[in-house]
Amino acid sequence: MSLDRLHNCFARCAAEGRAALIGYLTAGDPDPATSEKLLHVLARHADIIEIGMPFSDPMADGPTIQAASERALAAGTHMRDVFRLALSVRKASPQAGIVLMGYANVAFAMGFEHFAEQAALAGVDGVLIVDIPPEEAGDFDAALQAHGLHSIRLVAPTSSTARRELAAQTANGFIYYVSLTGITGAEMGDVDEIRVQTDALRKQAELPICVGFGIKTAQQAQAVAKFADGVVIGSHFVSCITIHQGDESAMLAELDKTCAAMRVAMNKECAVED
Amino acid sequence: MYDFEIRHAPDAGGHFDGFGGKYAAETLMGPLAELEAAFYASWEDESFQNERLRLLQQYVGRPTPLYHAERLSREIGGAQILLKREDLTHTGAHKINNTIGQGLLARRMGKKRVIAETGAGQHGVATATVAAMFDMQCDVYMGREDMQRQAPNVFRMELLGARVIPVDSGTATLKDALNEALRDWVASCQDTFYIIGTVAGPHPYPLMVRQYHTVIGQEARAQCLAQFGCLPDMAVACVGGGSNAMGLLHPLRDDDIRLVAVEAAGHGLDGDAHAASLAAGRPGILHGNLTYLLEDDEGQIKGTHSISAGLDYPGVGPELAAMYEAGELELEAATDEEALQAFSRLSRCEGILPALESSHALAAAMRLAADMQPEQMLLVNLSGRGDKDLDTVVKIVEDQKAAGQTP
Repeated sequence: MSLDRLHNCFARCAAEGRAALIGYLTAGDPDPATSEKLLHVLARHADIIEIGMPFSDPMADGPTIQAASERALAAGTHMRDVFRLALSVRKASPQAGIVLMGYANVAFAMGFEHFAEQAALAGVDGVLIVDIPPEEAGDFDAALQAHGLHSIRLVAPTSSTARRELAAQTANGFIYYVSLTGITGAEMGDVDEIRVQTDALRKQAELPICVGFGIKTAQQAQAVAKFADGVVIGSHFVSCITIHQGDESAMLAELDKTCAAMRVAMNKECAVED
Repeated sequence: MYDFEIRHAPDAGGHFDGFGGKYAAETLMGPLAELEAAFYASWEDESFQNERLRLLQQYVGRPTPLYHAERLSREIGGAQILLKREDLTHTGAHKINNTIGQGLLARRMGKKRVIAETGAGQHGVATATVAAMFDMQCDVYMGREDMQRQAPNVFRMELLGARVIPVDSGTATLKDALNEALRDWVASCQDTFYIIGTVAGPHPYPLMVRQYHTVIGQEARAQCLAQFGCLPDMAVACVGGGSNAMGLLHPLRDDDIRLVAVEAAGHGLDGDAHAASLAAGRPGILHGNLTYLLEDDEGQIKGTHSISAGLDYPGVGPELAAMYEAGELELEAATDEEALQAFSRLSRCEGILPALESSHALAAAMRLAADMQPEQMLLVNLSGRGDKDLDTVVKIVEDQKAAGQTP
């Protein structure tokens, strides 16, 4: 086994003949204490835990994750809580991949160097910042690299061949293919088209390719898991919090059930194919 | 009077001494590159520029007058105050200079739908206006709080055939309207043109919006020379995002003129209830560019306050941030109260009702003029007319009367 946990996660899943489940929750949603419990539930099912850093102006997110950010900030979630939650997941799940996702200003305000240092200390493996494209990533990537963190890149349906090449060359960890031209939680794009796009991307990049944005049903996850190395579920998991606000045990039970259903769907399909 | 040379251009990535850039979601990087190429090509295209100037003259009513406010200058007893009358443009504010430019560019790029964000509603009205003229579908995002304080502009947009979409997220003001417009554009970029209303956003917007507004400063410079035989000693403009300021000040940058930006001090700079990003903010990344922002220690964007919806924004155009750091720009601030006083003073003294945004520039200008000599000249951008603000002003005056104060 290499020291690269993300690499190991994908290798493990590949050996089991299935795609990795990458689950997203916003740190501190609905409050830091409950969030910790929710993240632990998520970590029992997901191969890679994507932890959202709450931001006041989440421009690429749909209503579900916007509301998650607002709840987390209203509950007084700070960056020290985000790192503490990541560390808590790391301690409970030594093998899991942990990725921080968020917006540039939160990392910029800390200073990229300090941010990367704190993320590495919290046991984080990679970082995905929505609004730092490769063109602006010089200083940020250097800081991540200095602390052994992966810089994960997005590729969108609107990305030109040249931009896909740029992402392939500058990313590490995995490439996140955005399944739709839009914001998180919108309607997923056409599965056949996503497959064509990810197959083409595979010729340009040696990294695992994960697909996310808009995957909400077990059927969709199953369909995407046939050809992608990983399936990212975000808004769908966050809605477990939304629909049970104020009822922690219902929230935890709902998330547990929802995550399990996704995993089963993804496993079953691969088993059928095999 | 007009020239098309791009002075003080940003670097290839859209950076002005490190500020600006393209901090955008991957989905938008392709559309932004396409927009940039189309903008530069159109800027070099004589027929495009001729059409733009024809519309600015025949539809917008340019050149706008440069007016010597003699009575006001006499009362203040300092520098001669010159007003660049952007309030006399069609739709009543400078914003239409930009929407004519971007509207023509949208048409050239074959886009059938335009979207915009708006704070005071002036940019929304200016966008709805060109959308009507060019037969394009138009959706305008506006914070619900702004819709209430600028109700007349909501009706105007609807009369012009636009759909006004209320924004409830965050603080329900301009920054949130911008977030929502960006979310729309991320999903619709293939057939929709996003007309940003200020010199902010990812490259090429800050450059493009500046270029479309330079007619203000170019005219003012030529008019000043023609009417008074010399250039002004000082030029003053209010700054929210900074489009009217860049329009006036950019063409004067290479002259020996003091350039002054006036920010909204709201209830005062000592608290949080203001919108003075340069005076009280620090560099950060928001809405696609690196610039001065009002934020907390962890980079969360703060809510702002200004009596004027058009200045109620927690950031500033990146080029203004660069000019400020380079010492090219002097900073002033005006409180809500000072802006209201300037509003009523210009109304009574010159028969001109200024927009509350422009009233901030006037408040600082009156203060600065008082310390200058009568043979000196101070140029102010009167960026818009005050009709849209009557409800706000009337309410405050009535509240003051009820509290037993004189307005």
